[in-house]
Amino acid sequence: MADQHYPQDLLYHPEHDWVKIDGDVATFGVTWFAQDSLGEIVFFDPPAVGAKVTQGDSYAEVESVKAVSDVIAPLSGEIVEVNEALSDSPEKVNDDPYGEGWMVKVRLSDPAERDSLLDPDTYTADLG
Amino acid sequence: MSAADQQLARGILGIPLQRDPVLTIYERSQEGRRAFSAPPLDVPARALDELLPAHLRRAEEAKLPEVSEPEIVRHYNRLSKRNFDLDTGFYPLGSCTMKHNPKLHERVASMPGNARLHPLQDPARAQGALELMYNLQGALGEIAGLPHVSLQPSAGSHGELAGVLLTRAYHEDRGEHRTKVLTPDTAHGTNPATVTMAGYEVVKVGTNADGGVDVDDLRAKADASVACLMLTNPSTLGLFDPNIAEIAEIVHGVGATLYYDGANLNAIMGITRPGDMGFDIVHFNLHKSFTQPHGGGGPGSGPIAVSDRIEPYIPRPQVIRRTGSANGGPANNGAAIAFDLDYERPKSIGRLRGFQGNYGVFVRSYAYICSLGAEGLREASETAVLNANYLLALLKRAGVAEYLPVAYDRVCMHEFVLSGAAMKRELGIRTLDLAKRLLDHGFHPPTVYFPLLVDEALLLEPTETETKETLEAFADVVAEILREAKDDPEIARNAPYTTPVRRLDEAGAAKRPVIRQPL
Repeated sequence: MADQHYPQDLLYHPEHDWVKIDGDVATFGVTWFAQDSLGEIVFFDPPAVGAKVTQGDSYAEVESVKAVSDVIAPLSGEIVEVNEALSDSPEKVNDDPYGEGWMVKVRLSDPAERDSLLDPDTYTADLG
Repeated sequence: MSAADQQLARGILGIPLQRDPVLTIYERSQEGRRAFSAPPLDVPARALDELLPAHLRRAEEAKLPEVSEPEIVRHYNRLSKRNFDLDTGFYPLGSCTMKHNPKLHERVASMPGNARLHPLQDPARAQGALELMYNLQGALGEIAGLPHVSLQPSAGSHGELAGVLLTRAYHEDRGEHRTKVLTPDTAHGTNPATVTMAGYEVVKVGTNADGGVDVDDLRAKADASVACLMLTNPSTLGLFDPNIAEIAEIVHGVGATLYYDGANLNAIMGITRPGDMGFDIVHFNLHKSFTQPHGGGGPGSGPIAVSDRIEPYIPRPQVIRRTGSANGGPANNGAAIAFDLDYERPKSIGRLRGFQGNYGVFVRSYAYICSLGAEGLREASETAVLNANYLLALLKRAGVAEYLPVAYDRVCMHEFVLSGAAMKRELGIRTLDLAKRLLDHGFHPPTVYFPLLVDEALLLEPTETETKETLEAFADVVAEILREAKDDPEIARNAPYTTPVRRLDEAGAAKRPVIRQPL
């Protein structure tokens, strides 16, 4: 399992998601804190490519040995790619949450929403 | 086992090591070996193809294990010793009510009239069994405070499904189309699963600072699209909701039904009744509150009790007592029928299973209710609540409370929830590690990581059948594990050491389950 860290070049949503914005496409995933709280992840149920996601709403489910949890969209848009590797190896979310454990890529419909996201220091200050 | 592990295992009260290789009964098979010798044939031998037409015969022989009787006995005896059960030790698995199952009930259930009754026996020749079921319906109705009982549902989740299907039938009969069912965020996982299976949408209701239903949130979400609120009272936090009258008023005010998840009935038997709190439908877990042995996948039973307005829809057939002119009418052999199966229920949701339910469970539960009586049931619940509060008080002592604080600090009912968040932060061991280490001390762990709203949750339910000494020993062991973790958290992280198997690969079991045994 990865060591606790929160990369400086990412933006964060209070529901423990990270976002990497590249032009009008963003990559979503869950934070180190999220995967640590969930425990070993055994199943990732991705959305369909082309599905619309709304900031603050669930776009996927992850199942760990403890529970099934919703994954919350940090921004709104349309799914353009999902991480197919997670269907065979969902443990990548535990091993490399900010790298191989990425979940979806989304074409953003409202780039201004990014102003509501948190920088790593603000996000980690609320983790308690 | 490493030398260090052996050292750790030594001196611990754990159950004996059973690490011999696990062979299935099929792997023990040797061709030609038998556990019986048949007497000589006393009729003329005939070829099988004379007796059975070809399409009814197997193409190849069944692969049955061929073993001697002592091998069979040793095999199953060995398997039974690898298991942790209630007859082995303390089993405080929250919301599961792992209370002692009195051995008297086994004697009653094994009486030939109970054990050998054929499920296709016609009612005229099964009067005793029907009378027992009728009387059990009456007793459960009295305990629930709701007069109409169906024994058909065969698990708690099955009772829930029956209850939500009854709710649907009730609304549809009134020409109403409702789409949502409310459940608190502390609900058992079966509640939202039931709602979805019955074709409704789940809407979660929040929890207030005292651990009860957030009444304002409920009021905001309760409208004419809501069919039902499913509630456990006391909740899975082990807390009785003092706002239940107001909750019932809100739910009934929008025309919805109020459903009582009976998983926690062990806290209130004979003290208060769901019917008196305003519930319309209740399910019982006879395998929890009413002493059917469970936890090994054995048969359960989840009867439901309902109010007058729900009664027309309950499953059929219903066990009834024929009275007046119908009493004593001629049956197949002229015998009088007092108890019968009533199929004349035009608005019924129908059958929920084959036959009438797990009858052996009915016998044990009826024996329990008759043994204890009304006073005894009340005493059982009072003792269950007392035991939980005593254990909670023991776990509030220094050395434990700073690492495992109670999630909602109120007088609890029959169970309570601790949070391992501070333990994880301060000592570096998780709730799962503590649970596994308890096994080395001969205790079954409590429920972990439920309810979901408590971080690193432990849900403990000691039940009324445990002694003060057992509760004290358990509390001492929890303190000991925390002390040990302070010195060396690796010990708990690698536990258990003394059980037939060590830490299981739970992720692997979920992702790559082995579900076939090649023969």
